[in-house]
Amino acid sequence: MTRKAVITGVGVVAPGGVGREAFWDTLTAGRTATREITLFDASEFRSRIAAEADFDAVAAGLSAREIRRMDRAAQFAVVSAREALRDSGITGVDPGRIAVSIGSAVGCTMGLEEEYAVLSDGGRQWLVDHTYGVPHLYGYMVPSTLAVEVANEVSAEGPVGLISTGCTSGLDAVSHGAQLIQEGAADLVLAGATDAPISPITSACFDAIKATSPSNHDAAHASRPFDKRRDGFVLGEGSAVMVLEEEESARRRGAHIYAEVAGFASRSNAFHMTGLKPDGREMAEAITVALRRAKLDKSDVDYINAHGSGTKQNDRHETAAFKRSLGNRAYEVPVSSIKSMVGHSLGAIGSIEVAACALALDRQVVPPTANLHHADPECDLDYVPLVAREHAMDAVLSVGSGFGGFQTAMLLTRV
Amino acid sequence: MADTVITGLGVFAPTGIGAEEHWTAVLDGKSGIGHITRFDASGYPVVLAGEVPGFDAREHVPGRLIPQTDTWTHLALAAAEAALADSGADPKSLPEYEMAVVTSSSSGGTAFGQGEMERLYQKGPSWVGAYQSIAWFYAATTGQISIQHGMRGPCGVICAEQAGGLDVVAQARRLLRTQSRLVVTGGTDSAMCPYGLVAQMANGLMSTSDDPARAYVPFDADARGYVPGEGGAILIAERAEGAEGRGYGAILGHASGFDQSERTGRPPVLAATIRRALDDAGLNPSGVDVVFADAAGTPELDRIEAEALAAVFGPRGVPVTAPKTLTGRLYGGGAPLDVATALLALRDGVIPHTAGTERLARGMEIDLVLGQPRQQPLSTALVVARGYGGFTAALVLGRGDRA
Amino acid sequence: MSTFSLDDLREIMRQSAGVEAGVDLDADITDIEFIELGYDSLALLELAIQVKRKYGVSIPDDDVVDMTTPRIAVEYINRQLVGAEV
Repeated sequence: MTRKAVITGVGVVAPGGVGREAFWDTLTAGRTATREITLFDASEFRSRIAAEADFDAVAAGLSAREIRRMDRAAQFAVVSAREALRDSGITGVDPGRIAVSIGSAVGCTMGLEEEYAVLSDGGRQWLVDHTYGVPHLYGYMVPSTLAVEVANEVSAEGPVGLISTGCTSGLDAVSHGAQLIQEGAADLVLAGATDAPISPITSACFDAIKATSPSNHDAAHASRPFDKRRDGFVLGEGSAVMVLEEEESARRRGAHIYAEVAGFASRSNAFHMTGLKPDGREMAEAITVALRRAKLDKSDVDYINAHGSGTKQNDRHETAAFKRSLGNRAYEVPVSSIKSMVGHSLGAIGSIEVAACALALDRQVVPPTANLHHADPECDLDYVPLVAREHAMDAVLSVGSGFGGFQTAMLLTRV
Repeated sequence: MADTVITGLGVFAPTGIGAEEHWTAVLDGKSGIGHITRFDASGYPVVLAGEVPGFDAREHVPGRLIPQTDTWTHLALAAAEAALADSGADPKSLPEYEMAVVTSSSSGGTAFGQGEMERLYQKGPSWVGAYQSIAWFYAATTGQISIQHGMRGPCGVICAEQAGGLDVVAQARRLLRTQSRLVVTGGTDSAMCPYGLVAQMANGLMSTSDDPARAYVPFDADARGYVPGEGGAILIAERAEGAEGRGYGAILGHASGFDQSERTGRPPVLAATIRRALDDAGLNPSGVDVVFADAAGTPELDRIEAEALAAVFGPRGVPVTAPKTLTGRLYGGGAPLDVATALLALRDGVIPHTAGTERLARGMEIDLVLGQPRQQPLSTALVVARGYGGFTAALVLGRGDRA
Repeated sequence: MSTFSLDDLREIMRQSAGVEAGVDLDADITDIEFIELGYDSLALLELAIQVKRKYGVSIPDDDVVDMTTPRIAVEYINRQLVGAEV
C-alpha cells in the first residue's frame, strides 16, 4: 500500500502581493517586484535592490502580541500557514497526526540582527549588554522557532522540524513533509519555508562575495536569469506553506487537489560551498532519481521550474543539468525562473516555487521568465521570456541549488 | 528492526576529546563545567558553561577551512574525521551518491556572526568578510563535511534545538533504508560568545548559580535551570549488512512529537512519544534497560519528564541517568553525545551516574542512578531529548556486535 | 605605510584563507597562481576585504579577478598605496 502525498492548500506571502492569488497574478502578468531597498538604509551597499513583500502584519491578521513576538520570517510563515489551512478546508485532524516541516536558510536573522544592534550599542560593545535583551531573543537565536510558530498555529503534536539546507531548504522541507505522509507518520503536514533576509548583515555578506546584482540603476529589471546581461541574483523574501494530505483521505472529504508530490531527491556536489562546476552532474543525478521515485520517464516532464537565480554560473550549471538528465526533452519543454519577478528569497524560494508549480499544474499556465531580452548562447533552452503561456501539463519539475553544494529536484503531478 | 547501526563515534565535548576520554570522564564523574573562559562573562547572570577543554582547531581541522568556518563547524569537522576513522568504513571505496550527511544545529555560527556584525555596525558593509555567507548559516557544517569527504548523497540539516540531535539519527536511518550506505550524522553547537550567551539567557531556563558542582542538577530538589555547553558528537551510521563486527549499536526505534501542554493545557506528549518509539523498536517497556533522560534541569520540565517515565515504565521501573550534568546542555550536539554515551554504556554493561544531583525533588518517581556507576548487563537504551518550544524525541538503541 | 611586501601578503593569506596542506607559503610563491596555492575565488575576495581592513585599499571587483598571482597582487596594492598618499 503506497500512500500518496497531495497538496490541498496553498498559502503564499511573496513580493508583488500577499496571498496566493496576488502571487499568481504577479507571476502570470510577468510583473517584477524588485525595487530599491526600503527595509533599511542600503545607501552604502554594493547591491541596493531587493524584492520586498508589501507585508502589513496587522492587515494580514496578526495580533499585536504576535507581531511583537515574531520575527518577520515567522510572521510570513504563520500568515502563509493560515491561508493554506483555509484553502484546504481541512479540520478535525487528531493533533498527534499533524506534522510541520518548515524550511529556512537564515532563520530569524532580522530579529537577531536588530537586537544585536541594540545590545551592542551599534557594534560598540563586544560584551553586549544583557539588560537590553528582549524576552523572545532566544526565539530569534534558534531558527526552530519558525517551525514552533507554525506548529502552535495548528496545535500540531506530531513530528515538527525546521529544515535548514540553505537555498534548497524550501524544496527539502516540502520533500520531508511529503515523506511523513507517505510513511504514515502524519495525516496532515504543514510544509513550506520562510525567509526574511533583507537586512544589513545578509545583504553585506552577499555583497562581500559579489553574488547579488549591482544593477541599482534599474531595480525593476535587475533579476535577469538566463539573460546574457545578468549580473547576480536579487535578494527576495517571503514564504509559502502547503497543506499536504494523504490522497485517499483528501478525496474522501472532497478536497481540491492541486498536485501530488510525486518524487524528490537531493544530491550534493562535494565540490565547493559556493562554486558550481558547469557540467551540472549532481543536479542531473537528483533529477534522474526524483523521476525514478515518481515512476516517471523524462519524456513525461512538461515544464521545468528552474532555480534560475541569475548568476552566470548557476544558469549554465542547471541548463547543463537539464540536458544531462532529460536529453532532448530539455529542449522541448518550457523552462522558467520566477526569481526574475519575486527575487531569490534563499530558503523560502524553494517552497514558493513549489506553490508556483502547484498553481501552474492546477491552471495549466506556465509563468514566464521576466527581463529575458538577450539570449545567452550557452543557455539555449526555451526559457519562456516575458509572457506567461498556456500549456498542457501533467508533470512538472522544480529544482533548487544552494550554498553547500546542495541540489534538490522535485516532481509534482496532476491527479 | 536492527537493520541500521552506528559504527563510528567522534566526540568533542566538555568531558573530553575523543569517545574514550569522554567515557572515562563520565564514569569518573569528572565535570567539564566551569567558569566561562572564552570571554569575560563575569558581568552576566550566567557565568558557567561547558567548554571543550584544550580544543585547538589547528590540530584537528585542515588549515584552509579554519578561517572560513565557525568554532561550531571546527568541532564538527574534527568529530567527523574522528568518527570516520573509528568506524572502519572507507569513504573512498563507497559510491559517492550513497554517502549522506545529516547534522543537527541549533544556532549556527554564532561567534563568527557576532564578529562580522560588529564590523558591519562599526565600520560599514564593505568590511564584512567573504566567509560570513558560508560560516553563519545553519547548513555550514553539513556542507563542509560533505565537501571534505566527497559525499555526494543527500545533505540535510535539522534544527529542533536539543531534540534535533535524535531526529537526525532517525533521518540517517531513513536514508540508509532507502538509498544511502553510510550517513554522517549527529551534530555540534557552540555559542560561546557574549551575544550567544545573552541570547540563550533570554529563555529563562538557565542556571545562574556559580557553583560548577551544583549549578545543573536535574530532578534535584534544588534544580534551578541548566548550564549551557559546546561541542557534541558526530556519528557514523551504516546498514547493518556490511558492518558486521563494527557496530557500537543498532538504531531500533524512533519517534518525535511536539508538546503543546504549556500553551494549550493538553497533556504532555512525551509519554506517547516514548511509546511510539518503543513500538517502532518492537519492544515493550520492560525491554528497555536504561533511559538517558533529557534532564532539562528546571522543576517543571523535570516533573513532566519524570511523570512520563513513570507512566511508561512504572514508578522507578527503569534505571534513568543524565550524564549531561557533566557537559551542560549542548543543543544540537547534546542528544548525539547522549547517543554516543548510551552506546558506550551498552558496550561496557555499565550505567554512568548522574553527577551533581543528590536529593530527588518530591514526586520524582524515577530510579535515577546517583553517586556512582551501576554495573549491569545492558541490551537496550532509550534516549530522550526535548527542544525549546515543544520539540520532543525518543530514540531506542540496541547493543552492538563491535569486536 | 607606503610599501606592501610579499611578506605582508603572506600574512594576509594566512589569515584570510589558511594554508592548504602541502603548500609552503614561505617558499618562492611570487609567480605561482593563487588557485594553485589553494586560494579560490572566495578566498581572494576575503583577501581583498582584509587588505581593505588593514591598509585601507579598496580593490574593485574586476581587479580582484585579474589578481592571479602574488606578484600581481603586491604590485597592484603598492600602486594603490602610493596613489592614496598623493
